[in-house]
Amino acid sequence: MERFDAIVVGAGPAGSAAALTLARKGFSTLLVERGRSPGVKGMFGGRIYSWALHDLLPDWAKDCPVERYVVHENMAFLAEDTALTISFDSPKLGEGRSASFTALRAKFDSWLAKKAQEAGAVLVTGIRVDGLWQEDGRIRGVLVAPNDRVAADVVVIAEGATSVLTRSAGLKADLEPREVSIGVKETIELPAEAIQERFGLGDKEGAAFVFAGQASLGLRGGGFLYTNQSTISLGLVVSSEDLAREKVEIQDVQTRFRMHPAVQRWIRGGKVTEYSAHLVPELGAGMMPRLWGDGVLVAGDAAGFLINNGYTFRGVDLAIASGIAAGEAVEAARAAGGPRAANLQVYEKFLRSRNVLPDLERFRRAPLYMKNERLFDVYPRMLLEIAERLYTVDGSGKERLADIVLREAGAAEVPKWKLLLDLLQGARSM
Amino acid sequence: MSPADSNARPLRILVCIKQVPKAQELQVDPVTQTLKRVGVPSEINPPDANALEIALTLKDRHAAEVVVLSMGPTSFDESLERAVAMGADRAVLLTDRLLGGSDTVPTAYALSETIQKIGGYDLILTGEETTDASTGHVGPGIAGHLDLPQITYVSEVRIVDGTVRARRTAEDGTEWWQTAMPSLCTVNFGCNKPRSPTLTGKIRVKRGGVIAHWSCADVGIDPKKVGLLNSPTIVAKVDTIRLPPRAGHIFSGEPKETVRALLEALIRDRVIAP
Amino acid sequence: MTDGHGLEDKSHFRGVWVFLEGRAGHLRDVSTQLIGEGRRLADLRGTPLTGILPGKGVDALAEQAIGYGLDRVIVVDDPILEIYRSRPYAQVMAQLIRRHKPEIVLFGASKNGRDLGGRLHAILETGLAADCVKFDIDAEGNLDMIRPSFGGKSLAHILCKKHRPQMASVRRNVFVAPPHNPERRGEIVREVVELSPQDADATLLEFEEFTKEGGLRPEEADIVVSGGYGLADPKNFALLQELADRLGGAIAASRKAVDSGWVPKTLQVGQTGMTVRPKLYIAVGISGAVQHLAGMQEAEKILVINIDPKAPLFEIADYGIVGDLFEIVPELVRQLDALKGGDASDRRAVPAEAR
Repeated sequence: MERFDAIVVGAGPAGSAAALTLARKGFSTLLVERGRSPGVKGMFGGRIYSWALHDLLPDWAKDCPVERYVVHENMAFLAEDTALTISFDSPKLGEGRSASFTALRAKFDSWLAKKAQEAGAVLVTGIRVDGLWQEDGRIRGVLVAPNDRVAADVVVIAEGATSVLTRSAGLKADLEPREVSIGVKETIELPAEAIQERFGLGDKEGAAFVFAGQASLGLRGGGFLYTNQSTISLGLVVSSEDLAREKVEIQDVQTRFRMHPAVQRWIRGGKVTEYSAHLVPELGAGMMPRLWGDGVLVAGDAAGFLINNGYTFRGVDLAIASGIAAGEAVEAARAAGGPRAANLQVYEKFLRSRNVLPDLERFRRAPLYMKNERLFDVYPRMLLEIAERLYTVDGSGKERLADIVLREAGAAEVPKWKLLLDLLQGARSM
Repeated sequence: MSPADSNARPLRILVCIKQVPKAQELQVDPVTQTLKRVGVPSEINPPDANALEIALTLKDRHAAEVVVLSMGPTSFDESLERAVAMGADRAVLLTDRLLGGSDTVPTAYALSETIQKIGGYDLILTGEETTDASTGHVGPGIAGHLDLPQITYVSEVRIVDGTVRARRTAEDGTEWWQTAMPSLCTVNFGCNKPRSPTLTGKIRVKRGGVIAHWSCADVGIDPKKVGLLNSPTIVAKVDTIRLPPRAGHIFSGEPKETVRALLEALIRDRVIAP
Repeated sequence: MTDGHGLEDKSHFRGVWVFLEGRAGHLRDVSTQLIGEGRRLADLRGTPLTGILPGKGVDALAEQAIGYGLDRVIVVDDPILEIYRSRPYAQVMAQLIRRHKPEIVLFGASKNGRDLGGRLHAILETGLAADCVKFDIDAEGNLDMIRPSFGGKSLAHILCKKHRPQMASVRRNVFVAPPHNPERRGEIVREVVELSPQDADATLLEFEEFTKEGGLRPEEADIVVSGGYGLADPKNFALLQELADRLGGAIAASRKAVDSGWVPKTLQVGQTGMTVRPKLYIAVGISGAVQHLAGMQEAEKILVINIDPKAPLFEIADYGIVGDLFEIVPELVRQLDALKGGDASDRRAVPAEAR
């Protein structure tokens, strides 16, 4: 039988980061991916915050398949056919630890998995791990078929949001619908020159948008748009509970979103070449699964390491950081006598030092805040009404801004104290 | 008791495979009039995959050693790796520029020499034919070279008391044949469902050392007996088929009416008797 | 085991041979069809046409074979040759070829014909072209062996210039058998080839004849009703059988239907199955991959029933119905019954002579 010190299930950002860390520390490491190649089955919005990559591979920028560095940040509130956009431009956005960039998963994941291989990990693709091989209450390796098992001292589960193995290891309860959002994404083809001209971008520069309000038809959630080299990623994340309650199909929401004039102007003339949908577990720190057991750790999406606070969608950075932390935890556990649960508990410490848990906790109110429907429906509408009045000159006389705001709040039937509370809550969450 | 149970040496089964363009991807280069092979997805010749499945089933039952053998460019490693990932123990690729353009006579000769070099074999399996050339000549050709018993067009192979028993599909019925070992069987396309690669098998491939590359010199193949120039046949030219024009009376609409119109036409044209 | 025949001997090779296969006292029709084409080639080359008939007690068969147009038959009579076995048959052929040096040897592309040809061409180290559909003689007197290639999309001309004999196999129903002339006289030559009991290196343990469902094999039927993936379920082949019964035809299938395990492989038409050339080929729920065309495009008339008007097979259809086969086929059965007042059992293809 084949055996390794460690097996990592899933060659996404979390799995490859874990495998790379483990291999560097001298563990014989197997990295198993169910897709034909890494990233084929992966889905994400389209943007990666680079800080964790800095920690893993300091010279990542040399050959990382970056599409564009984001230097234009935009937040847009949409009503029926109007939009209010707040933009923030800074060339510095694209530099240093705080840089973020757009990427395509097929290329990015393959690149990162290759780094893990170069460090000595064995990558096997096209194999779906069927279960964990458990004996005497501890994990002995992984199972693909009754006659096809591979032994290991420790298994790092980085299987993504489906988290089948996580559950089978008894580390996670089944997700409740209200904890799940549905993400959809279209890839729209446009020539690089057209993208650069439309968004006012340089060669390697990119733009990012988040959309609120009518983007999700007022349902909890929001839209995003990222520019790649010669494609645009356009998508939505919407509460599955709201979709079910309103009996709306996510595809219809996406179609309406795509047709909005404030979206159309960016993607006009482009050709949709890809469409994908997947589950986004909307977990705060309070809802995280148990992250370790005897001979097993959970990292990345499978662990619920996602932040969606309405203006940033983060996942890949937390995945990479948690992968590094998992590798560090396995090493520390070995020094302490082996990967028993008691020794793997150190994972939590590394998740803190790697800034995964602190960030999640800092934003832990975000999921609750996101549940406030006023943020997605009432306030965007209010803002737009205000903007429309501010910018409409028809000779009927101009009001003062404060009067407009207070009257619109009244029209929206939001008590002033609620408005104040939401603002405070929002400020705390962000 | 099979020999595998009674002898110290495990049974050795050789499977000859070829890598072919995927069936759906068969494309003819309009300029050269030959099969496009570059940039076209490839697979193990499907009947060869059925032969491999039979070998692996025998391996499961008799703890046999399965060695896969092919002749072609190093891009064939892809299929040999797949064969090992499915469960074969190791693979040999006979690869040499001298072999380019060989027809079935040098191919059968070169594979026979390679089989001799591997040695110690009890059973040789091949697919009934390849999907790209469709001759079915190489399997029996190897048996002819090596002077082995052959059973062609088999769907099932058993090893019983040190003999090979195989179920052959002939024109008029099913035959069960028995031969001594070693012998050669060619396997019917579609007679079983080839298994998927395993994790264990893929790890073995990744660890390396499972595929040996041999040249003509390594095997002792006479360069004057292989290659395009030493092949008895040549493809002088290739014509595109022009099908005879057909009448093309196509009916559509309500079933009763279309069927009535069709029968009238068939009877009018004297295709069926009124 | 092998010996080549280089260019220097080429002129010593003369005559056209056909390998004859019999079954139950009759020549297989692929053999009679071969005799017809062999006759044409022998006349073109101005050489005699010889049939080779290994077996046991096959004199009557040899007499019968001459009636199809042979000049002589070489009979090798030996108990070992009673049933077809690869090694002794290959030995017989190899020794006879070395002895007589024929210029051309033709085989039926039957299971046994291919089994024999493949083994023999490696022993003799000479060229063998599989599944030929046409022959010509080129300007230098070589046999131009024409066979489908690339899944039937094109025809390749194969030449064997330096080696003799030039060997080829031919599928059943590609050529038309000549009429049998019982008056025709030819020579029957008995030859002895040394064989020992050890040459029978394979033992036939069991033989189970295919049961002939519906009474007819597709290769023999004037009307073939063939089903594809569109039938969706194996039990729907009963529908086709009903139609075939009304027309006195046989049922067959596409590779997809066979691969799905709905019907036995023995009913498969196409590149990896059989070739049929009936008077009417009815394709039901078959879209028409090129590999399928290779097995049926020689049919005299083609009728296509498919719900998809874009199905490629419509392009070569003489007749077609675009519609749901589950409505069309039963309706066809009903109307055929109505035509004959419920007794339509003898509605068959019109014989060629009557047209």
